Amino acid sequence: MTTRHEGEDLRDRGLDEMELDRRLSQTWSTPAGLWGALSTVDHKIIGRRYIVTAFVFLALGGILAMAMRLQLSQPEARFIGPDRYNQIFTMHGTNMMFLFAVPVMEAMAVYLVPLMVGTRNIAFPRLNAFSYWMYLAGGLLLWIAFAVDTGPDVGWFAYVPLAGPQYAAGKRADIWAQMITFTEVSALAVAVEIVVTVFKQRAPGMSLDRIPLFVWSMLVTSFLIIMAMPAIMIASSALILDRLVGTHFFNPAEGGDVLLWQHLFWFFGHPEVYIIFLPAVGMVSTIVATFTRRPVFGYLAMVMALIATGVLAFGLWVHHMFVAGLPRLGESFFTASSMAIAIPAGLQIFCWLATMWAGRPVFKTPFLFVIGFMVIFVIGGMTGVMVASVPFDTQVHDTYFVVAHFHYVLVGGAVFPLLGAIYYWFPKITGRMMSETLGRWAFGLIFTGFNLTFFPMHILGLQGMPRRIYTYQPEMPWSGLNMFVSLSAVILAAGFLLFFIDAIRSAVSGTAAPANPWEASTLEWATSSPPPPYNFARLPVVGSLEPLFNNPETLPVASGLSVDRRELIVSSVVEALPEARESSPGNSIWPLWSALATTVLLIWSIFTPWAVVWGSIPVSIALIGWFWPKGTPEDDA
Amino acid sequence: MRTGRVLLLSIISAVAGCSGNQAALDPQGAPAIHIEHLIIGITIVCTVVWLLVMIVLGWALLRKRSSDSSQPGERSLTMIVGSAVAATVIIIAGLTIASFYTTRGIGLPENAALTITVRAQQWWWQVIYADPDPVLSFQTANEIHIPVGQDVRIQLESADVVHSFWVPSLAGKQDLVPGRSNSLLLRAERPGIYRGQCAEFCGLQHTHMAMMVIADEPADYQRWIAAQRENEAIPTDQDAAAGKIVFLSKPCAACHTVRGTPATGTTGPDLTHVGSRQTIAAGLLETTRGSLAAWIADPQTLKPGNNMPMVPLNSVELRNISAYMESLK
Amino acid sequence: MKHSVVLNLSKLPAHGLGTASLTWWGTLAFMVIEGTGFALSIVVYLYLMSLAPHWPLNAPPPDLLPGTALTALLIASLLPNVLIARWTRQQNLAKVRIGLVIMSLLGVAPLIVRIFEFPAMHISWDQNAYGSIVWVMLGLHTTHIITDLIDTVVLTCLMFSRHGDNPRRYGDVSDNAMYWNFVVAAWLPMYICLYWVPRL
Repeated sequence: MTTRHEGEDLRDRGLDEMELDRRLSQTWSTPAGLWGALSTVDHKIIGRRYIVTAFVFLALGGILAMAMRLQLSQPEARFIGPDRYNQIFTMHGTNMMFLFAVPVMEAMAVYLVPLMVGTRNIAFPRLNAFSYWMYLAGGLLLWIAFAVDTGPDVGWFAYVPLAGPQYAAGKRADIWAQMITFTEVSALAVAVEIVVTVFKQRAPGMSLDRIPLFVWSMLVTSFLIIMAMPAIMIASSALILDRLVGTHFFNPAEGGDVLLWQHLFWFFGHPEVYIIFLPAVGMVSTIVATFTRRPVFGYLAMVMALIATGVLAFGLWVHHMFVAGLPRLGESFFTASSMAIAIPAGLQIFCWLATMWAGRPVFKTPFLFVIGFMVIFVIGGMTGVMVASVPFDTQVHDTYFVVAHFHYVLVGGAVFPLLGAIYYWFPKITGRMMSETLGRWAFGLIFTGFNLTFFPMHILGLQGMPRRIYTYQPEMPWSGLNMFVSLSAVILAAGFLLFFIDAIRSAVSGTAAPANPWEASTLEWATSSPPPPYNFARLPVVGSLEPLFNNPETLPVASGLSVDRRELIVSSVVEALPEARESSPGNSIWPLWSALATTVLLIWSIFTPWAVVWGSIPVSIALIGWFWPKGTPEDDA
Repeated sequence: MRTGRVLLLSIISAVAGCSGNQAALDPQGAPAIHIEHLIIGITIVCTVVWLLVMIVLGWALLRKRSSDSSQPGERSLTMIVGSAVAATVIIIAGLTIASFYTTRGIGLPENAALTITVRAQQWWWQVIYADPDPVLSFQTANEIHIPVGQDVRIQLESADVVHSFWVPSLAGKQDLVPGRSNSLLLRAERPGIYRGQCAEFCGLQHTHMAMMVIADEPADYQRWIAAQRENEAIPTDQDAAAGKIVFLSKPCAACHTVRGTPATGTTGPDLTHVGSRQTIAAGLLETTRGSLAAWIADPQTLKPGNNMPMVPLNSVELRNISAYMESLK
Repeated sequence: MKHSVVLNLSKLPAHGLGTASLTWWGTLAFMVIEGTGFALSIVVYLYLMSLAPHWPLNAPPPDLLPGTALTALLIASLLPNVLIARWTRQQNLAKVRIGLVIMSLLGVAPLIVRIFEFPAMHISWDQNAYGSIVWVMLGLHTTHIITDLIDTVVLTCLMFSRHGDNPRRYGDVSDNAMYWNFVVAAWLPMYICLYWVPRL
């Protein structure tokens, strides 16, 4: 029988498995139906939603890319005119960077980090819900604008004066700038949640040196987001102000500076690519460990490399401005720092190679994608060292050479690990396995298609083909390679199509997955596939870096938490000693209202500055509604 | 290693294509030559590094493992990884130094004796040959002549948005930034025609903003300068003379200058010697009577969004005015 | 997997305070984000100044009176702020209620003084880049004062409601007080930048 004191809530001590599951499910689950979907604060549901949405944006961005390749397949082609083409390449870059790459990495973290650190929900669950709605709103703003021919057309980095009030007519550039606000608010919110979850909600005993490498990479990434995104918030706000109310931040005629935009943008923009890459590094570490059946070699070195990369990332931004006319001495510093960041990256590669060498590889699909990552990302890293050199860059900047470089590092360095990660964690998220056969085919097509599409672009750049041109003249020697690239892109697209087909089919009718199909060693595999709403019936207690090493029969756990209200453990930052039980907020519709109110304010402010004043009233009301206690057990404990 | 270098060079040259007048790997000027050496050097080093990593990857994955699950020594692995990192540091340092040397070798534009100002516009290049004596100064568009074997300083300005001046066979690129004055060192070792293109997205017709840099022997260069300094060549041909009247009566003069006539507009390119230029519309078309006619008849179809409006002309006017333009050599 | 209970956490408190509170850390993270924003605005100011032939552009240095008065007022407000933080630790409901009313008034007062600071700049935001950056810096900080004021007023209402006497609420008040410290601290370098750098 249960033990209950007067006035005290019911705890999990003395409850049997079935009773525990029943009560916890009641406390933690999301009601079925629309209301449940709109008010859930379950990180798993929100994480899944985020991942799916990001992949939808990936597909849309891919369609844009195919349109560009069609137009560029022949000289002076007339499929797409300059105005539409300028919108398309701007949308492609903006969509991929702001609506796919960063959100999908954050989404994986939202789903996985709480499970990997052994807690029941992410920190600030309502903020998590809010951040998804803001992300969706920003994405819809951008794509609806594009659909009605008001898409931004100034490039994903929107240089002024081209994007400024004098040369960018209409609201296209304002829509771009405000979309930034949506996605940055969303990303900052998730970053704060992850930092607090990793610092304060780890399972008892998970000291700093027992944190999984993926969690470390998400922690460092979150700090990068926190320190880098304010720069683009300031930049995009200054741009809107210049356009809307006549400020002169970027107007050289009145004391402003054109390069100020570039400095602010790239101070954010360079860390941005590490915000995309570092989570992938964590994914690679996880997959390498599982599929070589040993922990990653050099845990401490790997953590140090992550931190070093994060810090160095802030010291490189001028390498995007090597031809803007800055003093030589300053530029040379940034050559040195841009080359230096290859060192921690190299260290990580060597540690993975050492792990593979010392381990016993299992060549399943997730591991194939990691091997593909090694091949492709190292090429990207090599061309990165090339463009880090100022004189080299003066010849290849703004040419197809750079297009090749960043696709090699972003697709090789982030998308390949991501695809491997999807194959790897799909069983945990959905309870079903993806197809090993289709996975191999998808990998083969994507790997081949990618290299055939993007390698020739190095050559095109060296042959003088600049970026962001909607066509080229027949006299130039670029026609043959461009046609080859466009045809190869079809192979790449086919590979992605196969991946999407596999994912959808498997989600519906894939083989049922056990709790730990890969015999992995991190905590998310210590619960069912998919996990119950409360993640773990009792929170794990951790004694090593690999809690599930060698498939133990029992899991050490802690007891004493409430089952009547949502509760998890707060632990100390370094040693993860339990400090308190903490209530975790239940389902709430207020994050949705707040996101709607904020959306109205932000979109309205594209048209008038007074929107900030009047629009803040519904926002304040929604936020007060959010925080005002409702008398639930979680509120008043 | 030397055969390797030759092999790599031939692959690269083959790949560079025959029409190599806009290619970094077909350098004809000192700055571009310095950079090409660096490009080849870094590419060789990086290719070797990548191959080594791939070999280690393949070996790590495919090596035969003994059937027992003993782990190889962590200590020896640490030493190997440590050595690899040390090697990385050395290689990175070497590449950085090589880069600095190349920068130093390129020289500063400020030291050049000859200065030509280029003022970028959406979507053409205004070229100004300034002289202390204003009578000797002149302007042209989209085509720059420089004397062979001399350092030339290109003063870079922008009338509107950020553009980038890039003639890869001669030098790396440099942006033209409104509110700032940048400069670029150009130098051609051999006479020839070198094509360049705007390399910073600048709007609707960024795609069609090319320029020609023509390196002349010193004597030819002086001849060209002298010819450019002349006012318009008075048309002798009947069609051309009629064309001049059309030109002056239509809105053309509001945007264009033809020195020696009442046409003094400055919004569009200076047309005083348009007939002497290789191309029109910033590298879009070769300068022939036919292409001039096509351009004047309908600039918006050939270069949609550019700033030259369509001026309705009947076929006689069109024939005459293109004859006049062609005659302005 | 079978579970084996190795740790009993029943005796742990149901809510942590200070560094054992999640919202404390969330507040800290927010301070880092906003602090970075403030720091960047100062960097933009100094950058624009470095490019200008003379500074301020077409304006005299700002009048010292409103800005200095505001700074003094903000620094003075730190005293009741520190006291209220102490009272929340003691979970003294009556004192916390009084403290919140005082802090609400002390949130309104700087806003009134700030109304006089904008014209004391002697430049409009749309005249030149100097005007633009000083108005944005003042605006950024004003937004923080306003949002903190709304927070404080809501908390005041909350502490007078039935939900008031609860460790969780004391934690909220304490976090809010911590954030006010930040709003004051962030102002100090802004004040020096806006009022004293042009006088160097």
